[in-house]
Amino acid sequence: MLGLYAVFLPLATFAITFLFGGFLGNRMVQFVTCAGLIASAVLSCLLFHDVALLGNTSVEPVMIWITSGNFNADWAVRLDTLSVVMMCVITIVSACVHLYSVGYMSHDKARARFMSYLSLFTFAMLMLVTADNLIQLFFGWEGVGLASYLLIGFWNHKHSANRAAMKAFIVNRVGDLGLALGIFTLFMIFGSVQFDTIFASVAQFKHETFEFWGYEIHALTLACLLLFIGACGKSAQLGLHTWLPDAMEGPTPVSALIHAATMVTAGIFLVARFSPVYEYAPFALEVVTYIGALTAIVAATIGMTQFDIKRVIAYSTMSQLGYMFFALGVSAYGAAMFHLMTHAFFKALLFLGAGSVIHAMSNEQDMRKMGGIWKKIPFTYAMMWIGSLALAGIPLFAGYFSKDMVLEAAWADQSAHGNLAYWLGVTAAFITAFYSWRLIIMTFHGKPRADEKTMAHVHESPFVMTLPLFVLAIGACGAGYVFYELFVGHDRALFWADALFVLTGNDTVEAAHHVPMWVKKTPLVVAVSGIVIATLIYGTGGKFAGFVSRLLKPIHALFFNKYYIDELYHGVFQKPLIALGRLFTKWGDQKMINGLGPDGIAKISQCGSQILSKIQTGFVYHYAFMMMVGLIAIISWIFYQMVMV
Amino acid sequence: MNLENFPLLSFMTFLPLVGALFVMIIKGANDERVKNNAVNVGAFVSFVVFALSCVMLFQFDKTTADFQFVENVIWFEGLNLTYSMGADGISVFFVMLSTLLTPLCILLCKQSVKSRVREYVCALLVLETFMIGTFCALDGILFYIFFEGVLLPMFLLIGVWGGPRRVYAAFKFFLFTLLGSVLMLIALIYMFNEAGTTDIPTLMEQGYPYMAQMWLFVAFFASFAVKMPMWPVHTWLPDAHVEAPTGGSVILAGVLLKMGGYGFLRFSIPMFPEAVEYFAPMIFWLSVIAIIYTSLIALVQDDMKKMIAYSSVAHMGYVTLGIFTATTQGVEGAIFQMISHGLISAALFLCVGVIYDRLHTREISRYGGIVKNMPKYATLFMIFMLGSVGLPGTSGFVGEILSLMGAFQIDTVIGTLAASGLVLGATYMLWLYRQVVFGPGKNKDALKMSDVNGMEKFALIPLAAMVLWIGVQPNFVLDRIAPSVENLLANYYEAISLPTNELARLGR
Repeated sequence: MLGLYAVFLPLATFAITFLFGGFLGNRMVQFVTCAGLIASAVLSCLLFHDVALLGNTSVEPVMIWITSGNFNADWAVRLDTLSVVMMCVITIVSACVHLYSVGYMSHDKARARFMSYLSLFTFAMLMLVTADNLIQLFFGWEGVGLASYLLIGFWNHKHSANRAAMKAFIVNRVGDLGLALGIFTLFMIFGSVQFDTIFASVAQFKHETFEFWGYEIHALTLACLLLFIGACGKSAQLGLHTWLPDAMEGPTPVSALIHAATMVTAGIFLVARFSPVYEYAPFALEVVTYIGALTAIVAATIGMTQFDIKRVIAYSTMSQLGYMFFALGVSAYGAAMFHLMTHAFFKALLFLGAGSVIHAMSNEQDMRKMGGIWKKIPFTYAMMWIGSLALAGIPLFAGYFSKDMVLEAAWADQSAHGNLAYWLGVTAAFITAFYSWRLIIMTFHGKPRADEKTMAHVHESPFVMTLPLFVLAIGACGAGYVFYELFVGHDRALFWADALFVLTGNDTVEAAHHVPMWVKKTPLVVAVSGIVIATLIYGTGGKFAGFVSRLLKPIHALFFNKYYIDELYHGVFQKPLIALGRLFTKWGDQKMINGLGPDGIAKISQCGSQILSKIQTGFVYHYAFMMMVGLIAIISWIFYQMVMV
Repeated sequence: MNLENFPLLSFMTFLPLVGALFVMIIKGANDERVKNNAVNVGAFVSFVVFALSCVMLFQFDKTTADFQFVENVIWFEGLNLTYSMGADGISVFFVMLSTLLTPLCILLCKQSVKSRVREYVCALLVLETFMIGTFCALDGILFYIFFEGVLLPMFLLIGVWGGPRRVYAAFKFFLFTLLGSVLMLIALIYMFNEAGTTDIPTLMEQGYPYMAQMWLFVAFFASFAVKMPMWPVHTWLPDAHVEAPTGGSVILAGVLLKMGGYGFLRFSIPMFPEAVEYFAPMIFWLSVIAIIYTSLIALVQDDMKKMIAYSSVAHMGYVTLGIFTATTQGVEGAIFQMISHGLISAALFLCVGVIYDRLHTREISRYGGIVKNMPKYATLFMIFMLGSVGLPGTSGFVGEILSLMGAFQIDTVIGTLAASGLVLGATYMLWLYRQVVFGPGKNKDALKMSDVNGMEKFALIPLAAMVLWIGVQPNFVLDRIAPSVENLLANYYEAISLPTNELARLGR
């Protein structure tokens, strides 16, 4: 029952505050939503103890949903280690963000609506992770997409926010299309969309093929690749990532909750959930590794050239998601989930810290207009340090444990793609440290570059905003050390139990514990050197940075313009489709179908009747002549018939 | 009163006609009073019909595939024609849709229709009679009469109360649909000659030679495809919608488009199974073209009604696709999609009507930023928009996912291409919503519009609740249609594996 309460409390708070928000008033709405979420977080922690530590997994049915022939999908809450880990991450971060939003959105007229949307999002996300079948997962999947759409476009008077919201929804829909096709494929292979049914019979379908677009393809590989398209959309992996940076148009708490800690990790969750199937699809895993590794490096290179503080963190998120994906790709599911969990804490911390900065700087997001404010907002400054240290993977902080685990597992896979992932990951780790300190120095140090009015207004955030930062900072400091043994250490087999599945030969998490010393130390070395180099370049006033970027102009332009992918998509998809639409309207419907169809026939019959009406002259001799012609024609026809016979 | 022998279906069918007669004789000192009386009487009658249909749904036995509430009366003795009515799982929700939407249209015409309100109400009531009759008729000729009868009030609704190009639109609508119907009538006469009756359950058992099935299928197809409408005979729909008054659009999108799909299920699949099997691949492609082609067209429209009309064509693409897959999921999904689309598109046209009544333009760019002054409207519109997009949790999702699942099982290429509608559909609907509701709001008069009033809420909120409810609990619908669909498909597969006429098959 605990699980049901944890999942449906946010729905209840959403329903209450959305329907009766005007009646309750802003204060009351804030109170109800925050209380609901904190309660849900407490329940999730209790569940974590009960399910993950004591091993009481269960599936609690809620009600029936869709039944059609042999297809069946019902509402249920599935509680196993994987889902309760996700539930804890979601509800804790969400509770922090709810609380933080009370302060951050305090000047916004529609803050009640904002709070209820946050609750809606949390509910959808919880439905996603506690799903017992693919259809409910799809419900959560699209539900978080909707909440994300509503929240990115929250300031709906802004064109840019509306555009970003639409873009997020549509790009995600492309991913969802893949997910839907994956669901259909799995249904056709297994005859069911229930997780347990699928996982129980995976082994017996491992040689099955499936005819797709006329090709015979290994069935499980196809299903996994299609699911992965969905994962790419939601988790902003290369190809379907363009929506994430634009999504920063939303209020900062949204970016922290949805676009850093929870929703974007849904793709990782999906692949981890389907580990029993992915294990039998090695090619699909290889693809996951390549995409993940490429995303990690590409996003990092873009991130180091951006000036918008939120965009830097957004690209950093994308890069870290790439890490998680290549961990999944080398079958290190536990490591990926570990990084997901630590990342949720420190990335939410960084975003909320950035929000605190933006709040202090009167809504300025451009780092070129910041600087010299660390003394005025010391708490935020300290929090940003903690977040960055964790992100860079400095020992004792959470990111150190998880990121190193991911990299070591990649190396331990002893394969071409694992090796590539390791080296790209190490390079990305260097860049990560570099842009993190670039951010800290540009934002907090140096001479103030904002105008005096803004500078005079710089102030530390109120307690409702600093408290969540503090809670997340605890996670960013301690989560790595505390959960290491459970997630990837000695207790992992008991901890994960049946939630994750690894074939015996693929256990890279085990192998990662036995990699050579240099493999373990390299990430730390590059991280520290990244910090040092960033300090040298930006600590000296930024002149050197300008010099370097001029020196490497073409590459810098490529990075700065995000590899021109947006422009490419605009040219390849957007424009041609619109042109095609216009073509179909004008030539297809109006000229061809209407022209040949109704309008054409109307014209022909009109012309025809005009011609016929001309024959009717009214002169008797014309008619007599016609009669003669007719008579002759008939007689000659009869005569002809007789002769032939 | 004994409900067993009470002719419930006939009562429901002809009560609106009686109501129309009463409305017709309303006279009054001034126009205002006539208008109010007409609307009140019309609304009362149609609500009674709705209540009766609720009784029908409540009494409906969901364990059987047989026709229920059957009535048989000898009509023309010499010709062996019977007046026979009945409902099964396939038709019962279409009857509900008709009885639900008519009262809403009648109530809302008070503010949207300016002239000849009495006649408008009459037309809607007559239309209701024909709609219910179409879905309940169990005799081919009776079906034909109702099916064609629908044209007359609809023709008048568009031609009298429509927009500036109403005459063109009305004639186009009439001619398009009539062309198909003539062929259907010929086919029905042929079938009558063969079987000696036009009783639908008898015709289902009849079985025709292979070539005859082909011709009969084509004849019926011509009629149903136009009604649906399928690509490329869809061009009457955008014109009709654009010119039709709000009530006309609601009924047109909500009920009339479903007659084609209903016809396929009632006639084509059970009566001409081998032809269905033969023509199915062609229909798949027509459906896929409809989905992609009309979605792209919808993307570039700047008239709200035209865009929703084109989106209807795309959504009906899923229906034809689902029906002809002849899989359980496909057919049930198609029926569900029709019901869902009946609610959603009707509600979308009502939503357009709400702002049209205030600003008298359908041009998208004349709106923008109205979420500020119409927050309740924005929320309701959002729900229907998401339903149209097929978001899980709304009714649109269930229909789409089931029919696509059916399609994917038959052919992965078709399934994949049709599923691209998920992306395109989201694109045009979100774009429409963004242009109309969001944005900085450049047009001052749009920002002065008042939020939905009591009457509009009365119409839209129940529809929104229903869209969400059958999205979360679709089994309420699926349970009731399942036995009939199962029976339909069982007979279909029996027919195509055991041909009735071996000789005719040899000529294949």
